[in-house]
Amino acid sequence: MPKILRPLEVYGVLPQTNCGECGESTCMAFAAKVADGVADITQCKPLFKDPKYKSKLQKALEVTRPPVKPVTIGTPPCQVIIGGKRVMYRHELTYHNPTAIAVDVIDDMDADSLIKRAKAIESYSFERIGQQLKLNLIALRCVSDSPEKFAKAADMLSKNVSLPLILCSYNPDVIEEALTVVGDKRPLIYAATKDNWKEMLDLASKYKCPIAISSPGNLDMLKSLASTFVGTGMEDIVLDPGTFVRGDSLAETINIFTMLRRAAIEKGDKLVGFPLMAVPAVVWMDPEGDEVEKKMKESYVASIMMTRYADLLIMHSFDPWVLMPLLVWRQNIYTDPRVPPSVKPGVYEIGKPTDVSPVFATGNFALTYFLVRGDIENAKIDAYLVVADSEGLSVESSVAGRRLTAEKFAEAIKSSGLDQKLKKKVLIIPGRAARLSGELEELLPGWKILVGPRDSSAIPEFVEKVLKKEMELT
Amino acid sequence: MSKELLDLLKLLDQASELELQDVTIEAEELAIEFLPVVMQTMAVTAPEAAVALKKVIELKMEKFEPPVIKYPGSIPEVQIGATRAEGGTRGKVIKIGGETCPPFYRFESPPKNRPVIALDVFDQPIVPLAGPVKSAYKDVLEDPAEWAKKAIQVYGADLISLHLVSTDPTLKDTPPQEAAKAVERVLQAVDIPIIIGGSGNPQKDLQVFQYLAEMTAGERLVFASATIDMDLDAVAKVMSKYGHNLVALAFMDINQAKELSRKLTEAGLPKDHLILDPTTGALGYGIEYSFSVMERIRLSGLMGDETLQAPLSCAATNAWAAREAWMKVDEWGPREYRGPLWEATTAIVGLLAGADMFMMMHPLAAKIVKGLAEILSKPKLDTKLEEINYNDWIRMRV
Repeated sequence: MPKILRPLEVYGVLPQTNCGECGESTCMAFAAKVADGVADITQCKPLFKDPKYKSKLQKALEVTRPPVKPVTIGTPPCQVIIGGKRVMYRHELTYHNPTAIAVDVIDDMDADSLIKRAKAIESYSFERIGQQLKLNLIALRCVSDSPEKFAKAADMLSKNVSLPLILCSYNPDVIEEALTVVGDKRPLIYAATKDNWKEMLDLASKYKCPIAISSPGNLDMLKSLASTFVGTGMEDIVLDPGTFVRGDSLAETINIFTMLRRAAIEKGDKLVGFPLMAVPAVVWMDPEGDEVEKKMKESYVASIMMTRYADLLIMHSFDPWVLMPLLVWRQNIYTDPRVPPSVKPGVYEIGKPTDVSPVFATGNFALTYFLVRGDIENAKIDAYLVVADSEGLSVESSVAGRRLTAEKFAEAIKSSGLDQKLKKKVLIIPGRAARLSGELEELLPGWKILVGPRDSSAIPEFVEKVLKKEMELT
Repeated sequence: MSKELLDLLKLLDQASELELQDVTIEAEELAIEFLPVVMQTMAVTAPEAAVALKKVIELKMEKFEPPVIKYPGSIPEVQIGATRAEGGTRGKVIKIGGETCPPFYRFESPPKNRPVIALDVFDQPIVPLAGPVKSAYKDVLEDPAEWAKKAIQVYGADLISLHLVSTDPTLKDTPPQEAAKAVERVLQAVDIPIIIGGSGNPQKDLQVFQYLAEMTAGERLVFASATIDMDLDAVAKVMSKYGHNLVALAFMDINQAKELSRKLTEAGLPKDHLILDPTTGALGYGIEYSFSVMERIRLSGLMGDETLQAPLSCAATNAWAAREAWMKVDEWGPREYRGPLWEATTAIVGLLAGADMFMMMHPLAAKIVKGLAEILSKPKLDTKLEEINYNDWIRMRV
């Protein structure tokens, strides 16, 4: 089982002066946040500045070091931190540092296409529950074999987009040429192998860049390279154990990633305690399968590898339908396992509702609330939205599990005060809660209960075709 | 020579493959690198500050040890369906569960049974189906027997989940005797085992299950589902009397799963006739709770919690509740691809968390998940990693 960091352990290595410089009123409060992973030990300024805490600092760094080291790619404000994991399973502690997703470009594209694709990658965004889901890096692949061409492409990228770069080539000359241009931006060097590691290690240390160690399918070599690098003081390492997807090899890829993460977290093997990277883009090497099949496979291989511990993914497909499931799963899995994303039950006003406005009802799962609210706004109608306590779950699940009942809807209406306030009492319940309508009519005498659409996106149509007529009748 | 240095050299000696090339290396230098005691006196550097790197010439050879753990518990194997020799009429039987380690931890042991895919069939076309799903079944929607045949013969389902939606008191409220006709017809049309799903109404479902369990006695079918507000004693007794399996549906709540399991087994349901369903939220609509509850159930079962030692069922069909799966939105790309991928991803998340049996709808999604389950459950893999030129990905021209 993993060693979970406890607040008292952290407290023991803090100055314990309650100076407040970290923004917390006490060292204990700060320690609790560090243990929870929401604050970082580096925020304790005195610990790092005051020489009298020297021995404490050394201990603090040891105590708070996660079993999987965090590695920074890029420079502020456009940097990405990967790794920093403390647990294997999400239910043990919130996962931190969401898996970073890179999309590839190649160095022999013409300048216009290169910039166009890079800008599209950078500006890709998909809004969900008030968050913008975005891509994080650009992986520049050297297909030209020309150091000059590669460096020129790297230069163009760094001048036109601010996403951090991954420089991909096994040829140290190619990497070095690019580093002379973008080396100060802390790109990730991909990759040191058993054949080129000396030169690559020199480059990583010379330019102070993080570096990927690639040893496909050979974990002894992967660990040996990591050990050698750590021995020289190079710890900004990302491990690439190889992403195999052809035939039945995906089973072994999953096996390898799982072994590496468990060794790091549950067996304390520090030499594999680094972020892991996977390359779902390899599906494009398979001569078989049409384009749609490859895109689907790339998407689900990426979701699989993210679930099984990849901290960094390199993708080739760039279609929204390929990326959406991956980005949404990332948003889902990197949430606090203890708290469902929910909004406060109660009455919300949409527009300027009056005593003759309709009342919509729904559950308090955050996503439901945002979707329903947006759809009522789209219908351009003033209304009340009563949010009943569905225990943070979707309407369908909570009705099926009898967490959201007719009683709860009735209770929400009664405590809203709308019963007294409204002259017209029209309540629209979600289509997925249709089975509650009979019971609700009994519980809410004087109310007209309407069953709305099964999906709230049909609310504008429902308002036009059904609700407006009903409101006139009432 | 100090004691620390002696200890260190002894340590180095044990790592026989490690070569000390630089024989003139200074004792202090070694100490600084390896000994935590001395490290405390080092000048402290901020984590991000540059460190002067030491020159190395040779690789330090290491061995990676697979991190194997022993688990005190295991998951019972549940048999679905019974042949004539076993007292049923099925041509094929299916086995699920039997795990002795977490899902697909092949370094511990390959899975004993492959996770299986059931395709959903409804006894009446009264449930609104998403466009991409409807188009796959539009010729058979009126006939559950034909629907079941198509799901198996054309779409490769391992088994059928026949949902008796017509029995729902808020819909048609079909009596059990009436609903039984669809069950009979499906059982005659196909020779694989089936799952019989109720309407979700605990009182009505119990009546339906009691009637059908007796009618199909000995077939070893699966009934879905027993919930916490059902008469658990009655449902457990009827299942064990007629030799069927039962899905216990807990509402994303590990304690409820434990309670269901305990009550059902205490009422006489044999342990190898129980399947747990912790509820599957769609991708983007609560799937992370399903994922974490499934992982916890499986790990707790392996660590010895007997109430949680059961194969897991995952209703990936719920993915179609997500508008991202079915809605026509141009900037999201074609829903013909997006929908099945959404359902497949929902199922795959369950697969990685330990689910053994999937209820699904879209043929393409089912095909993807079945194909993956086959690969991941192979006792021995055919592909040799060294024959794949992984490194070529950098230079591929796509």
